[in-house]
Amino acid sequence: MSAKLERLSQKLCDVFGETLQSLVVDCGEVTIEVAAADYLNVARTLRDHEDLHFEQLIDISGLDYSTYGNESWEGKRFASAAHLTSVRHNWRLRLRVFADDDAFPVLDSVVDVWPSANWFERESFDLYGIMYAGHPDLRRILTDYGFVGHPFRKDFPISGYVEMRYDPEQGRVVYQPVTIEPRENTPRIVREENYGDVGHG
Amino acid sequence: MAEIRNYTINFGPQHPSAHGVLRLVLELDGEVVERADPHIGLLHRGTEKLAETRTWVQSVPYMDRLDYVSMMCNEHAYCMAIERLLGVEVPERAQYIRVMFDEITRILNHLLNIGTHALDIGAMTMVLYTFREREDLMDVYEAVSGARMHAAYYRPGGVYRDLPDRMPKYEVNKFRNEKTVRELNAARDGSMLDFIEDFTNRFPTYCDEYETLLTDNRIWKQRTVGIGVVSPEQALAWGFTGPMLRGSGIAWDLRKKQPYEVYDRMDFDVPIGKNGDCYDRYLCRMEEMRQSNRIVKQCVDWLRKNPGPVITDNHKVAPPSREDMKSNMEELIHHFKLFTEGIHVPKGEVYAAVEHPKGEFGVYAVSDGANKPYRLKLRAPGFAHLAAMDDIARGHMIADVVAIIGTMDVVFGEIDR
Repeated sequence: MSAKLERLSQKLCDVFGETLQSLVVDCGEVTIEVAAADYLNVARTLRDHEDLHFEQLIDISGLDYSTYGNESWEGKRFASAAHLTSVRHNWRLRLRVFADDDAFPVLDSVVDVWPSANWFERESFDLYGIMYAGHPDLRRILTDYGFVGHPFRKDFPISGYVEMRYDPEQGRVVYQPVTIEPRENTPRIVREENYGDVGHG
Repeated sequence: MAEIRNYTINFGPQHPSAHGVLRLVLELDGEVVERADPHIGLLHRGTEKLAETRTWVQSVPYMDRLDYVSMMCNEHAYCMAIERLLGVEVPERAQYIRVMFDEITRILNHLLNIGTHALDIGAMTMVLYTFREREDLMDVYEAVSGARMHAAYYRPGGVYRDLPDRMPKYEVNKFRNEKTVRELNAARDGSMLDFIEDFTNRFPTYCDEYETLLTDNRIWKQRTVGIGVVSPEQALAWGFTGPMLRGSGIAWDLRKKQPYEVYDRMDFDVPIGKNGDCYDRYLCRMEEMRQSNRIVKQCVDWLRKNPGPVITDNHKVAPPSREDMKSNMEELIHHFKLFTEGIHVPKGEVYAAVEHPKGEFGVYAVSDGANKPYRLKLRAPGFAHLAAMDDIARGHMIADVVAIIGTMDVVFGEIDR
């Protein structure tokens, strides 16, 4: 671990203490996890604290962990990962928070802290169905007008449920159930560790 | 007296100045914009979801189709994410090739941006000149990868193959006579590096030509100076990166601040603006092209002197050479496993960002150890820029909206993903 990352993790521990559920340093990046209840306060402190000063929110990504790995996933299903940058200190940080309820995932919105969160949260709502409480304008953004469902959830098929075509009789575009068969060219495989190494198995 | 009401107009999605499929719902008070509501997603192809069903290498060509005017930079971020997860070292020569093509891509992107931005607000000729130079650079793309635009040239662990030692030439046909062809082929007798070097020698003159057309042009200045002003605080809060951030006077460039590949060995400057308006951002882009030209020159020099491998010799990541594959059992197995099952990327998550011509392009990859990504999130710079459209455009005239869209350099391939 480089000295810089060590300094950042130390500061994070000092500032947040028990609030941090986990702090992982991997591939030269720091990831912290907090509880959904603390999310908004942590976000505000991350931005305003002199030693941290993460003034820029680069990205928010929705995550659906339901089919992660080979075994069934035990933890909470939906998460939101925010990538922050501190221009002043030249630091990066990933802040992940899991939504408590899998059936109706709700998280606090950080629009008031970083205005750039607006569209990122709309996108995450559109694709994963994560609700952001306090968001001023939580509409769909990437999918079609009138779209049903949240397409990036792992239980949503890659080919979707409906397809669109022009109906010459009705003289307009109509939706109908998809006619293409789902197919998989290369199966998804999770190998055990050190698979294929010399001297293994 | 008649009642005066706001009215709403639809700008796009089929408007020539919308740079693709932007539907902008504008609420107007006379000619002044009260509210701008961009509707995006008309080009949404679900790249991130598609990538979850493909092996890691199969998604490389999807990256070209994100920001389809700066193809190789997208691939770069994606390959870097995979390499970091795998912990693979990229050979030095491949790093120089990547840096060279990143900068060629930056020139390609800025040429398109400046050309079409000028076209949008009335300077017809610019686009003709900039596309002339784009043609040369696209020939370089084609020579190295076989495709003018969607190159799929960067691969996890390096680049697909070494630089070619000759450039393709024009041939005489019924549209081009012998004299024209001789002029077109003037610099194409040597290797590809010779051609690129010749281009870098010509390019500063071209930049001067563009500046003669635009920089002091009264109409251009009237349309851009003081339009779309973004203060440094706003730029940070809205998540701006690239020329949109530097135009507001913040010296933030990943190539300098968090250098990747061999950017720390390159000698170049980062231009920043002062007023944060469209004109300053145009000047930044102009200067960035000149700086990119410098970097390309340095890379050409280095690449001439230092031959070597261009892709890692770890055959769990990159395929072995054809010759080895046909003469060696071990390599045959590697080849077979790579092309049927693909790379296995260890469990973990990584965010790899590059200084894309438009800003910070990031790839957030989550792997659960499978041969496919578990989750791939693409952070497109244009997405954050367009999100601030409402705030920037408010209070401007409707004609200025076009100037603002142009200066944001929006490309819908990356915004809609």
